[in-house]
Amino acid sequence: MIPAAFQYSKAGSVKEAVAQLREAGPEAKVIAGGQSLIPLLRLRLSQPSHLVDVNGVRELDYIHPEGDLLRVGAMTRHTTMARSELVQRHLPLLAEMAAQVGDPQIRARGTLGGVIAHADAAGDYPTLAVMLDATIVTDRRRVAARDFFQHLFTTVLAEDELVCEVVFPVAPGPHRYLKFRRRLYDWAIVGAAVQKLDSGWRVGLTHVGPSAVRAAAVEARLQAGATFQEAAAAAADGLEPPSDVRASADYRRHLARVLTRRALEQAA
Amino acid sequence: MAVTQLIGARVQRREDPRLITGHGQFIEDHTLPGLTHLAVVRSPHPHARILGIDGAAARALPGVLAVLTAADFHKVLSGSMPVTPAFAPEKKYVPERFPIADHEVCFQGEPVAVVVATDRYLAADAADLVQVTYETLPAVVDPERAMSAGSALVHSDGPDNIGWDMTYAGGDIEAAFSRAEVVVKERILQQRLAPTAMETRGVMASYSPYGEQLSLWLSSQNPHFIRLFVSGAMGIPESRVRVVSPDVGGGFGSKISPYPEDYLVPAASKILGRPVRWIETRTESVMTTIHGRGQVFTAEAAALRDGTLLGLRLTQVLDLGAYHGTFGAFQACACLMSGGVYRWEAISARTVGVLTNKVPTDPYRGAGRPEGTHLCERMVDRMADELGMDPADLRRKNFAREFPFVNNFGLTYDSGNYDGTLDRALELSDYQGWRQRQAGAREAGRLVGIGLSTWVEICGFGPSAATAGATGGIALVESAQIRFLPSGSVAAYVGTHAHGQGHDTTFSQLVAETLGVPLEAVDLRHGDTAEGPAFGYGTYGSRSLSVGGMALYTASQEILAKARRLAAHLLEASPEDLEFTAGAFTVRGNPQARKTIQEVALASYGGGLPEGMEQGLEAVSHFDPPNFVWPFGAHVCVVEVDSETGAVEILSYTGVDDCGNVINPMIVEGQVQGGIAQSIAQALFEEVVYDEESGQLLTGTMLDYLVPTMNELPTPKLDRTVTPSPTNALGVKGIGEAGTIAASAAVINAVCDALRPLGIHHVDMPASPDRLWRLMQEAGR
Repeated sequence: MIPAAFQYSKAGSVKEAVAQLREAGPEAKVIAGGQSLIPLLRLRLSQPSHLVDVNGVRELDYIHPEGDLLRVGAMTRHTTMARSELVQRHLPLLAEMAAQVGDPQIRARGTLGGVIAHADAAGDYPTLAVMLDATIVTDRRRVAARDFFQHLFTTVLAEDELVCEVVFPVAPGPHRYLKFRRRLYDWAIVGAAVQKLDSGWRVGLTHVGPSAVRAAAVEARLQAGATFQEAAAAAADGLEPPSDVRASADYRRHLARVLTRRALEQAA
Repeated sequence: MAVTQLIGARVQRREDPRLITGHGQFIEDHTLPGLTHLAVVRSPHPHARILGIDGAAARALPGVLAVLTAADFHKVLSGSMPVTPAFAPEKKYVPERFPIADHEVCFQGEPVAVVVATDRYLAADAADLVQVTYETLPAVVDPERAMSAGSALVHSDGPDNIGWDMTYAGGDIEAAFSRAEVVVKERILQQRLAPTAMETRGVMASYSPYGEQLSLWLSSQNPHFIRLFVSGAMGIPESRVRVVSPDVGGGFGSKISPYPEDYLVPAASKILGRPVRWIETRTESVMTTIHGRGQVFTAEAAALRDGTLLGLRLTQVLDLGAYHGTFGAFQACACLMSGGVYRWEAISARTVGVLTNKVPTDPYRGAGRPEGTHLCERMVDRMADELGMDPADLRRKNFAREFPFVNNFGLTYDSGNYDGTLDRALELSDYQGWRQRQAGAREAGRLVGIGLSTWVEICGFGPSAATAGATGGIALVESAQIRFLPSGSVAAYVGTHAHGQGHDTTFSQLVAETLGVPLEAVDLRHGDTAEGPAFGYGTYGSRSLSVGGMALYTASQEILAKARRLAAHLLEASPEDLEFTAGAFTVRGNPQARKTIQEVALASYGGGLPEGMEQGLEAVSHFDPPNFVWPFGAHVCVVEVDSETGAVEILSYTGVDDCGNVINPMIVEGQVQGGIAQSIAQALFEEVVYDEESGQLLTGTMLDYLVPTMNELPTPKLDRTVTPSPTNALGVKGIGEAGTIAASAAVINAVCDALRPLGIHHVDMPASPDRLWRLMQEAGR
């Protein structure tokens, strides 16, 4: 790896991290697990002036159930969530997602907050956050997930703002996350997540547009008593998925329908 | 041969403890006092004129030592990078290639300037600061488009884009087709592949004006050839150039030919008077290391209704890239091998080498033989499909059975037993059982397919009569030197080189057994032109054992002959009365009168030698094989295609191969397994993609260039038959490329078999889910 030169500082607390970001200016970047940022640095596609390393911010590494909510700290690693009994009990879909991120090395390093803040179209947790109406908590405010993700790699975060926590609703019911990928460790070409709540099904899609999608049309059809097949047929409604060397937009639309139906069948 | 237990033994790889504990020595592990670092400024365009290069901003960075362009390199380098005749001797247009672009860049990634700095980060920063002004020119990246009239020119001063256009005629093709009762036609793509060796390329050079010595460390499959080429270009006597290739982290053919950096780095060292190192990044590797395959075949096969194959007519359009690869025309051997294991009345094969604005293609594991096999095995399956015959039966009906077998192009297959490998493969894979299960699956609407590949290859390059012309003057024989040191340890120097093959182990087994010494006494040395015989010919084309191993064997025999004379002298017996067993000479009928070969070796350094005998116990031998060798086998693949997503799952994979006698079965299995993996990678995953219009590489990282991992690959069931080669004393053939040659056809035949109920008869590679889904959509309409 031959990145462009950058300054580096290590933060021990949220307060320190925010102060360092503020001081370093608009070209600074937060580095958590680095599993997305390091490849970008390596290719010099990202050339930050300064990296604020938050791996020492221990106060953000926690999993706290609180009534109907599950609060997960931003520095919680994928492996921790995948293995956590609390997560498995209160929001097993999160554990299932975490267990499917990358490979064991990536899961040992990558963090919940990193994925949320990076806002890659293929990121898994944004799908969960959006479909379950989670709340993203930063050092200064609380933002509904549906408002947090604006576009590809773009969120409402200010330059000196740090993701601290994601608050999910507790949801122990039937669920499934299916990722379609060529290699076990790849990003999803398309992903479909389903979760049954008391109020009905929630359905989310990964990598079918610039940001995570809540498949409201599918949810509505299910609410109206449609079969899984009938409901899943609406999964691609209104989608504008990307075309790339992996898959055409048409194929992604098709996968969205197939995976949604399969996820519903497997969850039920 | 002496009777010990080493040949044929599953000896653990001697190199592994070093390699898996991080003690391997690759190029980046080598350094020198005062080392400087080179970065290459590359063209972002597939085709452009260079209007100007401004290095001022780069030079201004503290620590930057030089920004060098073609004008600087012309002062220390001369000539054009080499192009061999190989299998297309009649070339029409061979563009000159200087290692760095002069006025015009012809592919994305072509070197334009280099920066040398005191550290690697600085060099990369400075390379970003070099301002190159380009005028873009029309580019063409599709070979069929490039060969059409009116295409953009790959080189603006070229006559057209045709590198060669010649036809191999093997029999009366018109007569064969005139008797045809059935003809099948197909168009078959061989996508471009990136070799992606785990260790990228790297070069370190140190030029010393004192006595004009050049030392070069580079990751190479054949350091001696690199020495020949670089010494010529730099005008330094070959004897004053030393090329060291230490551990090589994979090659797959991509480290055979010389590269621009192999010249630019030593030239920069000469210009600057400092040692210089360049390490290729992964993105540079996908963009500028040679690509493999890149061919389009159109073929038609003729047969009688009873399944008798008559004729095969084909055209190979070979995507050369912007320049001829040094051994690029080797890939035309797909034409010569297109008849496979079958008897054909006639084959006519036209090969057209076409220049495109892309990085050159060159041999990649199998080189021409996977393409020939894939073509032949697809056409035979298409024919079986058309005739309604079981593909195994059609194959059997047409197998060559009498050996030596002379194919349509006059090549002589040394030995074979194609029924033997096919029968065993069908049994081991439970072929009949799968056919029954397939019928059941089809009734349930599932897409299960079974594919066969019965393959043969030409390897063991090669006989001097056939290869001296093909390389442009240097026959691909092989050399070895074996030397006993006084203590009884044995240094064996070979001209081949290992980049994963395990020669440290197998060649040492061979020497230890032949000379009757413990394995630990043998030190196998390779990869340094300063050691061993004058010239070594390198490792590629599954040649190391059948040519290099034989050179070791013949050198061992010379040593044994001398040792016998000396032992007889020491034992006061006549040489004919000595027996050599278990590493010792004994006098027949008097087992007390005994000298081990290591005792004889010590004595060879002493006094009182027989009249006329020189001191020492060593021999140099060159082995010139009388023929190529011809491994073969039969593979069976079973797949299921997801009818909704197009995803392919391999349910079972079986390979039964025959590479003659075997030195180390474990290493043979490893080679076959790795080869199968690499060929499944082509069948289902990997593809270098360029944008058709912009000519830009779209698969420049390992995120987009899909090298599969162990998670995506089956564990194949493997077995062997043994049909020794009659062309060498060891009875060995080669195994390094076998799996790669065999597997893609088995996989694609299985995919096509799975999709047959939908009316789909052909699928190109990679058989990606997206591609299969589209085919199923079209078939369903």
